[in-house]
Formats: sequence, C-alpha cells, structure tokens
Amino acid sequence: MTIPADVMQSVAPPARRQPSRRNLELVLLVFAWAIGLLGTLQIGWAIGRDPDAGLWVTSGVIGLLALLMHVIVRWKARYADPFLLPVATLLTILGLVMIYRLDVAEARRAELNGNPVPTPDVYSQLTWFTVAVILFVSVLVLLRDHRILQRYTYTLGLAGLVLLILPLAPVVGTTVNGATLWIRVGGFSFQPAELAKILLTVFFAGYLVEKRDSLALVRKKFLGIGLPRPKDLGPIVVAWLVSLAVLIFERDLGTSLLFFGLFVTMLYIATQRRSWLVLGSVLFVAGAVAAYYMFGHVRLRVTVWLDPWTYANDDGYQIVQSLFGLANGGILGAGLGQGFPNLVPFANTDFIVAALGEELGVTGLIAILLLYAILVERGLRAALSVRDSFGQLVAAGLSITLALQVFVIIGGVTRLIPLTGLTTPFLSYGGSSLIANWIIVALLLRISDRARRPEVHAPSQDDAVTQVVRRV
Amino acid sequence: MSRPIRGIAIVLGVLLLALLVNVTIIQVVLAGDYRDRPGNQRILLEEYDRERGPILVGSDPVARSKETGDTLRYLRVYPNGPMYAPVTGFYSLIYGATGLERTENRILTGKSALFVVDRAEQLFAGLEPRGGAVTTTVNARAQRAAFAGLRGKKGAVVAIEPATGRILASVQSPSFDPNILSSHDPARIRTYYTSLEADPAKPLLNRPIVSLNPPGSTFKIVTAAAALASGRFTPDSVIPGPRAYNLPDSSRKIRNWNGQACGVNNLVSLREALAVSCNTAFAWLGNELGDEALRTQAELMGFDESFAIPLRAATSRFPEDPDAPQTAMSAIGQFDVRATALQMAMVAAAVGNSGTTMTPYLVQEVRGPDLSILQTTEPVTYAQSMTPLNAAQLTEMMVNVVDNGTGSNAKISGVRVAGKTGTAQTGNDNPAVAWFVAFAPAQSPEVAVAVMVEDAGAPEVSGNQLAAPIARDVIEAVLR
Repeated sequence: MTIPADVMQSVAPPARRQPSRRNLELVLLVFAWAIGLLGTLQIGWAIGRDPDAGLWVTSGVIGLLALLMHVIVRWKARYADPFLLPVATLLTILGLVMIYRLDVAEARRAELNGNPVPTPDVYSQLTWFTVAVILFVSVLVLLRDHRILQRYTYTLGLAGLVLLILPLAPVVGTTVNGATLWIRVGGFSFQPAELAKILLTVFFAGYLVEKRDSLALVRKKFLGIGLPRPKDLGPIVVAWLVSLAVLIFERDLGTSLLFFGLFVTMLYIATQRRSWLVLGSVLFVAGAVAAYYMFGHVRLRVTVWLDPWTYANDDGYQIVQSLFGLANGGILGAGLGQGFPNLVPFANTDFIVAALGEELGVTGLIAILLLYAILVERGLRAALSVRDSFGQLVAAGLSITLALQVFVIIGGVTRLIPLTGLTTPFLSYGGSSLIANWIIVALLLRISDRARRPEVHAPSQDDAVTQVVRRV
Repeated sequence: MSRPIRGIAIVLGVLLLALLVNVTIIQVVLAGDYRDRPGNQRILLEEYDRERGPILVGSDPVARSKETGDTLRYLRVYPNGPMYAPVTGFYSLIYGATGLERTENRILTGKSALFVVDRAEQLFAGLEPRGGAVTTTVNARAQRAAFAGLRGKKGAVVAIEPATGRILASVQSPSFDPNILSSHDPARIRTYYTSLEADPAKPLLNRPIVSLNPPGSTFKIVTAAAALASGRFTPDSVIPGPRAYNLPDSSRKIRNWNGQACGVNNLVSLREALAVSCNTAFAWLGNELGDEALRTQAELMGFDESFAIPLRAATSRFPEDPDAPQTAMSAIGQFDVRATALQMAMVAAAVGNSGTTMTPYLVQEVRGPDLSILQTTEPVTYAQSMTPLNAAQLTEMMVNVVDNGTGSNAKISGVRVAGKTGTAQTGNDNPAVAWFVAFAPAQSPEVAVAVMVEDAGAPEVSGNQLAAPIARDVIEAVLR
C-alpha cells in the first residue's frame, strides 16, 4: 500500500486507553426507545384509541431486544462505536411505528367495509427483528475477530453468488411484481440478494486484499488516465456481467445497480486507482444505455421518472401518490396517524419513506436521512481506523452498500432518480432486509471494536497507518 | 486506503445533500403546486376525513357524518333528506355544497375562529380535528306538518316565530334527496343531479326563500297596513267596492274574483273588504294611498331587502315607479309585485308581533365538538312597520277573514287564527299561485306561516282550498 508522504509525517502518539463509551450508547438507546413509544402513543391519540396491553408488551419487547444487544456489545465488543447500535435501533423502531400506523389504517378500512381485519404486519416485522437480534448476537458472540472471515473469502463469494442467482432456480424462485428476487421455502419468502450483498462485500474485500497489488499496476496511459492491464480486467468484467445478469434475468434494476457500484468503489479503495472508477463509469453508462434500449421495463422507469404526471393513473401512480403524500406532509408533517400514507401502494415496503415524509414532514425526513448519514459515517470511520486492510475494505464496503441503497431507494421515491425497487434499510417491512442490515451493524461493531480496542503488542506498519488516519 | 475512502465519503456526502435538497424542494417549495394538482385526492380526503359536525333540529341531527370503509372516510347522511333539503342543502363531491352545509361550512368543519381553543387542544393532544354542530331554529313538528301538507303539490311553506324571527319551518315540494347527492358514488351523483336539473318542477330550487311569485291578495295585508298608517282609514272606514274598478288613465278594469260587488250600494268597510278579499276596494285604496305609501309599508315589512338567513334569500320586490293603473294592480299583489314565501311569512309575523318586523334566521346555536354552546343567535329587530294599535286592528281584521271570510279552512277550534288568502296570476297563460298567510294565536302569536302552492288553477277559492289547510296544520303542529 502506498502511503502519502504528508500522512507519514504526522505520526500519532501511541494509542491511549480509550473510554468504552458504552454508557452513552445505553442512554441513546433509551432515547430511541422513548421516541418509538411516543410515536405509538401519538398514533393511538390520533385515532382515538387508548393504549392497550399489546402496545405496552410490544414496546417492552422492543426495549428488551435493544437492551440485550447493548449487553452483548458491552460483553463482546466493549470498545465498539457507541452510535451505530442506537441509530440502527432508532431507524428500526421508526419503521415499526410506521408499519403499525399503516396496519391501523388497513384495519380501519377493513372493519368499516365489514371485511376481516388483515393480519397486522407489525407483529411479523417484530418477529423478524427478533430473528435479526439473534443473528446480531450470534455474529458478535461467534465472530471474535472479523479477520477470521478472510479465510473463507472464496467460500463466501461462491455462497453470495449462489444466493444472488437463487431466485432464478426453478423450485424456490418467485416473481413478485415483475421482479424475480425472492425465494420461497416452506412458507417463508426471502430476498437472498440482501444477504448476498454482505457475503459479496466480504468476498470483494478478501479478494481485493489479495490481488490489489497487481490490480493497481498501470500499463499504459490513455487520455491521461492510467489503464489497468487487460489480464487484470477479468474481475470487473465478471462483476459487470453478473450485475447485468441480475438486471436481465431477475429484472431487478436496484440490486444490479447496487452490486456494480459497490464493486467498483471497493476496487477503487483497494487500488487507489481512479482508472477503475473511470472504467466502471464507462461500463455503467454502457450497461445503462443498453438496458434502456433493450428492456421495456427499464425504459418505462425512465419515462415515468421524466414525466410521472402523464402516467399518474397507471405506471406513474406510485410515484405521483408518493409526491402528493410528501407535499401533504410539508414542513412539519400531517402528524402520525393523521395523514393518508396508505394511499401510496407498497407504503410499508418500498415507499415507507413517502409515508414517513407525509406524517413527519420534511423535518422528520431530514432527521431520518441524517440518521443514515451518521450510520454510514460511523461505518466509514471504523474503516478508516481499523488496522488491517481486510477490515478496512469490509467496513467501507458495508457502509457504502448501505449508503448506496438508501440513495437509490429514497432518491427513487422522491423522484431524484428513476424508481428502482429496493428496500429502505431498517425501515421497510420485510425480514430479509432487516436481518441483513442488522448483520451489517454487527460486523461494523465488531470492526470498530477492533479499531478502538487498546492493543498491547508493538504496532505493525498497518497499525501506524491506521492510527495516523484516525487523527487526520 | 484512507484517501479513497475519504473521497468516497465526500461523494456520499454529495448524494446525501442531493437527497436533502430534493425532499426540501418537494415538501416546501413545490408542495403547494402538488396539493393543487388534479388527481390529488388528499385535499378532498382531508375534508372527508374530518368528522363533519351535525346539523341539528332540537337535539336530533338532520345531517350528520357516518364513518364508512372507503377512502372517503365520512359519509354525509340526512335522516329526513327531502323534508329538510331546503334547510340542510347537500354536500357533494362533484357539485359542492348548498344550504346550511355551505353557509355553515367553517363551523361544520371546525375551521371557524370559534374553535381556536379546540384546535389548540387537538394540536397538542394530536387529536383528530372535529367539526362543530349547528342547531337550527326549525321546529320538527311544524316542518313535518308542512312537508306532509305539500305532498303531491308544487309549492313552499315558511313558518316564523313572530316575536323573534326564528324560522320554524322551511319546506318545499318537490324536494330532492341530499343523501344521493352527498353519496360517494360519482356516477350516481351525476345521474341524479342531471335528472333533477332536467325536471321542469325544479326540485333543486330552494322554493321557500328563492322562488318569487306575485303574492296576490295576501299583499292586501300590506295595503291595509298602509291605509291604517295613513291615518285616513280605520277598519270601519267605508270605501267603494264596486263589481269593477276602472283603472285610471286606462280602459282596463279590475274585477272582483266572484264578479260581484263587495257590499251594499257598492260600498264596503275596510274590514269587510279584507274579509271578502275585495279587489276593487283595494285597487281604489292603492290609488288613494299612492305607490310611495305602499312601498314604504312593504319595505318596512322586508320588501326590497336581501336577507341572509344565512342562506341567501331572493329579494322580494315592490315595483319601482308604477303609474296609477300599475299602482292599483300592485295594491292587490299583482303587476310586478313579487314575494317569496319567506317574505309573506314575515308580513304576517310583523302584524302579529305588534308591528315589529324581526330579521329572520335559521341558525339558533353554534356548538363545539363537545356540544358546548359557543354562539347563540340573538333576535334582531328589522323595523317597526306598524303602530301596535294599527297592528291590533289589522289582526282583528285578519281574524275576521278566517272566522267570517275567505279563509275558513284555517279555523282551529279554541284558537283565534288571523289569516289571509290569495291567488295570483303569474302571467296570461300561467296557472295561478294559491297563497295563505296566517298567524296564531291572534293575541300573542307563536307562529306565523306562509303557504304558497303553484299551479293552483282555480280562482280565489284555491287559497282557502289548497293553502289554508296546510297553514292550519303547521299552526296546530306548533301550538300542540
């Protein structure tokens, strides 16, 4: 790895004993839990329903789950970043509150129509959250050091690839709303791409740590940009083809975008060669243009994005309703339980941000975006401060997937970019997404714990670098 | 590897900024445009999402909101739709609102300034805003009696409490069903509305307060009041009442409805002239008094004024500058004299209320969502139209109409009813309009009523035959 000269000059003093800051984490967790409780109570007031036992039990369960995670972190990752857990918990709780609110709207509609009240989604989401917490705990307890993962680079890569293409398998694969990104096993449906993104991030990290020196080699310059050797182009071409395959066969624009973006940025981080970014962008544009001309569903997305009003009653219905909802929210929002978020189709999955924007206003939405920003920033900070390259790449990669996913879905829902179907991390209803994102949090905690943990042994060269980095 | 991570962090920061700017533009800058866009149901839903307050008669709602299962959360229902349609109006998705639904909208939606405290409470408690209630002045029994009386006829009834101006009944026939117009089914609303508009009987017209007709002989009350006010006449004054009255400066004549002279030797007392509804006598009287005196008397009783009760009533008219023959015709409620049923009820009420004309009103109280009274309408004197003495004399003359004259069908045993019949020609070919105005009990009236039946056909007797029984039923309903 090349170290910039200016960085080398400002070598840091040896690591001091870091405060664990677990108490700060606990306070923030209580705060997050209280926000959720207030939100739920407000919905109750808005619809004229007194808080019942179920509400207190649910809130209690959520509080216990958060407390459990905190205790595990205290025990197994004492020096981990104190903000990651509370922020992810708050986002999950906000999601649960909005899912509950949408349940209430659906239940009311069914009741008044004399239809049977649909099963509330909030309880199954809470169940998924419980599963996510179990996996979170398992990761922290079983994975003592993230570097262990490096040993399984290729196994994980293969598993990730299999998961990615699993929905295409004849028996388990399911097509929902035109996209084939689900598998169905024994009554449960699962979106394997969500887990695949973690496995593939780990794989990319391991692979790049191994190959970065050759990938960083520059053979010749073209238009002032150093191009990699043709024999090194293999991986990026494979990633590109896999992304295209996801787009073509699973018709999942969002996931395709996410993987390719993730791979290119990780390649760039590992090699520090801008040429990879340029090459990636060229491939992305080529793929996007080709997709536009080759696939009707891609073309439709772009057409609707450019002029949703013309298609307000058919293909643009979702996005137009989303915009109407956001407009109705205005600056302060309609208030929880007082808007019409259920007018937007898929309000509790893809469009949950539109629902939150309507009832919490731009104020609430900005707060949510800043929560994501904190999460990503803390993840990148862990990447910058951990000593080993593998850990750096994994932490950076996971943070970047999170950021890209948030950008692609929220940008889509707010018509900044064409709409693609991705879940909103932590907020959306759906088990696969929730579980995957909580595993990401566990991994980031594990890595940040390693980064901040006071080491007794003599610092290696890597250590020196990361300590410097931490101070800059 | 820190440099590329930092670079990427900056790029991600730019993406975050793009999202922040974008949501701010949508939710703050463009929000107004989006709200007004066609296809945005939220404005409508918001209105239909709020529990609209009821319109009450006594303590019973005649319009109320019912929760539904569809996206429009509240449905407006009218338990006695057609009976109260001239009062409530309708509340339609497509055609907007009419009646009290329109004039009291800010109260019913809870947006009136009267609800500042409630709104603040709702805001802090996060409660759903609810509308206030409007209590009308309507007397349910009177309304029912009037509605039953008009069944199968075309016309209107207005009843007023003389001492206050409270409107006790406002009924029309044919009416319409506001339940259908206020439904959530656009196709059904459109079909029904179109059929109502195409109906030659004009059921959508608010007949009691909007339909203008010549008041015919009922206007003789005004002429008689002007005569008494002039000081030149008493009920016993004898005036000419021949078979025919030659209109001044004209070859045309006014005849009595039965073709007979009104008294012995073509002479008749003012009292008797009113009792038999003597056209020639009142035409003569009109010319004796002059159009100025008639207009002054009419205006003191509410003519040439537009009342908002708060529904906007049509302005009843006395002609502006009639010549002598036109004045004579006007004195018997023909020519260009036009009055609503509301106006003629006000005339009767003014006489009954010792000459004091009260401003009519339909809203008694405004109540908050918790039914606490926020505002009560106080009676307002419009004008002193007669001296109490003259009013008492005219009352006696009107009692005589019912007891011994043309208004026999309004008799109620044990109650002295003061009344006056009328039949008006609305044009050469148009069928006649039958009228009856009355108040009772004569000494201290609790109710004044005007009944107007269109397409009556028959001559003077039709006022007594068609209209008087309805007036009697309404009076009985109030007095019972």
